[in-house]
Amino acid sequence: MSWGEGIASRFKPGDKVHVAARYPVRGHIRTPFYIRGKTGVVERICGQFHNPEELAFGKYDGPEKVLYRVRFDQKHVWPDYRGGPSDKVEIEIFEHWLEPAK
Amino acid sequence: MSDTPHRMHHDMGGQPAGPVGPSEHEIEPWEKRIEAILRCMQLRETPIVTVDELRRGIEELPTTLYDSLTYYERWIASLTNIVVEKGVLTRAEIEQRMAAIKAARAKEAA
Repeated sequence: MSWGEGIASRFKPGDKVHVAARYPVRGHIRTPFYIRGKTGVVERICGQFHNPEELAFGKYDGPEKVLYRVRFDQKHVWPDYRGGPSDKVEIEIFEHWLEPAK
Repeated sequence: MSDTPHRMHHDMGGQPAGPVGPSEHEIEPWEKRIEAILRCMQLRETPIVTVDELRRGIEELPTTLYDSLTYYERWIASLTNIVVEKGVLTRAEIEQRMAAIKAARAKEAA
């Protein structure tokens, strides 16, 4: 049994994805500010879950969304990063925050 | 108009900051109680409040209040706002109950 087995997902591990550069002023957003607008690679499909953005307003029965673990180069995320050039940061991001990257 | 993207106050990863203080403290009984209250409200067939609502309530606290409260004080502020917002309790009911508990404690201590 592998991660994400049997889940109908828009992206698969290895796909290059772009995080939407959206900046809501209210609500419960699990996509960190610092990663929006960045490009990474899908590392795995974590599963599918109710959308925290809806749960946060008491809507408990909305459709489940696919959650991915996405891997980014630290150097890309933090221009002044001083660690190793191959260092990565992995972040779990819901599908509706991701777009295919060119 | 500024074209700087809007960042919600709590979402502070990567912002300039000092070192993180690693000191621990004993969890107080009232802090454990808040933790238990949230679980009782969430772990039901139909939740009264979920952790996502709790988080949203914390994230909606005014910046100065967010910065001045401790971890579980933020939980209290958020839980209070959420149960009032959802009509589970009124502020008057919460205040009456707190006054009654305070009076009972004072009586015990006397």
